[in-house]
Amino acid sequence: MKNKSLVSINDFSKEDYLAILETAAEFEKDPVQNILKGYVIATLFFEPSTRTRLSFESAINKLGGRVIGFTDAASSSVKKGESLKDTIITVANYSDLIVMRHPIEGSARYASEVSGVPIVNAGDGANQHPTQCLLDLYSIKKTQGTLENLNIALVGDLKYGRTVHSLLMAMSSFNPTFNFISPPELQMPSAYKSSLDDKGIKYYEHTNLEEALQYADIVYMTRVQKERFSDPMEYEKVKNAYILKNSMLEGTKDNLRILHPLPRVNEIDTDVDSNPKAYYFQQALNGVYTRQAIIAKILGLK
Amino acid sequence: MKDKTLSVSAIQEGTVIDHIPANSLFDVINILKLDKLKSQITFGSNFLSKQLGRKAIVKIEGKFFSAEEINRISLVAPQAKLNIIHDYSVTEKHIVEVPDTIEGIAKCMNPKCITNNENVSTKFKVVDKQNVALKCHYCEKITDRKHLEIL
Ligand SMILES: [Zn+2]
Repeated sequence: MKNKSLVSINDFSKEDYLAILETAAEFEKDPVQNILKGYVIATLFFEPSTRTRLSFESAINKLGGRVIGFTDAASSSVKKGESLKDTIITVANYSDLIVMRHPIEGSARYASEVSGVPIVNAGDGANQHPTQCLLDLYSIKKTQGTLENLNIALVGDLKYGRTVHSLLMAMSSFNPTFNFISPPELQMPSAYKSSLDDKGIKYYEHTNLEEALQYADIVYMTRVQKERFSDPMEYEKVKNAYILKNSMLEGTKDNLRILHPLPRVNEIDTDVDSNPKAYYFQQALNGVYTRQAIIAKILGLK
Repeated sequence: MKDKTLSVSAIQEGTVIDHIPANSLFDVINILKLDKLKSQITFGSNFLSKQLGRKAIVKIEGKFFSAEEINRISLVAPQAKLNIIHDYSVTEKHIVEVPDTIEGIAKCMNPKCITNNENVSTKFKVVDKQNVALKCHYCEKITDRKHLEIL
């Protein structure tokens, strides 16, 4: 994967993911290394995402690299009407790798075609956010010891949730069983279900959160947002039905871990936080190691 | 059958494109850039057709298309048939084939796609040839026939 851009989770093979996860585990043991000394990494955030940006910048700083860039489009030349192409070509002159987040879908793919240096997509609108997906895989592998044959419950907004779609596609290489738990309006799109059918992967759909918890090795929570409902009454009906509470975790498997891409609003009750099965804060920390691994692999340093 | 024989016999050397859905005629003209050609061209539309309801026919004198050129019209006229004419008679027949990739012909239906926001030409992978479903190379969204718009 040296010099290759990471735009979409589909760009990398199963072997590539596994190699990244292995390197991420090395960084978890030894996170401060000087391998990026002399390297300049650009972080171009055309829309603000403090959490993702800090995770990348922490990863780069721990490896001794320098960061240039901007934190939102308002403080850059984009505001003056510069095209994405011109911005990327210019910044590629000053850097060894570009991390970019952009509200327009497909922007990262396009950037990878005009850039002289590799692009790492840190989110292009509702389309892809592959580093989130890789850190999810890392968290699953770390807590379960394997990615193979797991029972994974995806909860909340399965229709628009970019992270659940990427996770579903990536996990499909590892023979999982899925339980989809969502309000009827936000069910998993049929395109994803038929791709599972093609691969012979089992999945079950539920509207009741508690139905599938007892079987799960991983529960992946996402937020049910009001603006996704065409009928506000529908939202009012379901808004409290997809909140995970500590009491619901009774009788679940010992190895169960709860993941969430964060930020959380109220979909996981704070009384879950002290349960050892809550893993979402550790998951965010894993993002730093995973991003260290992605950058080091792409630059050919690991 | 009669009107077909009549239309075909009207050119000496060139191409006749038959079985174009009548409402796709202008898309075909546009895609093949027929408005830029200097050759003699005859358009006929609203002929009754059992298969298509109303069909259109285009006859182009002195022009032969490459397979790549002609397959571009498959998005709007998937049943189109080509007759290659030499010396007033049909010497070859072709049917159009939906290509694996489509570049710069169709518009991505996703308003948030980069191709609808910057000067980037569209590129699709054809994921369903029968029903025409195009997956955008950039935003990865599917544009289906119902939402297909020719640029
Ligand atoms: Zn698109």
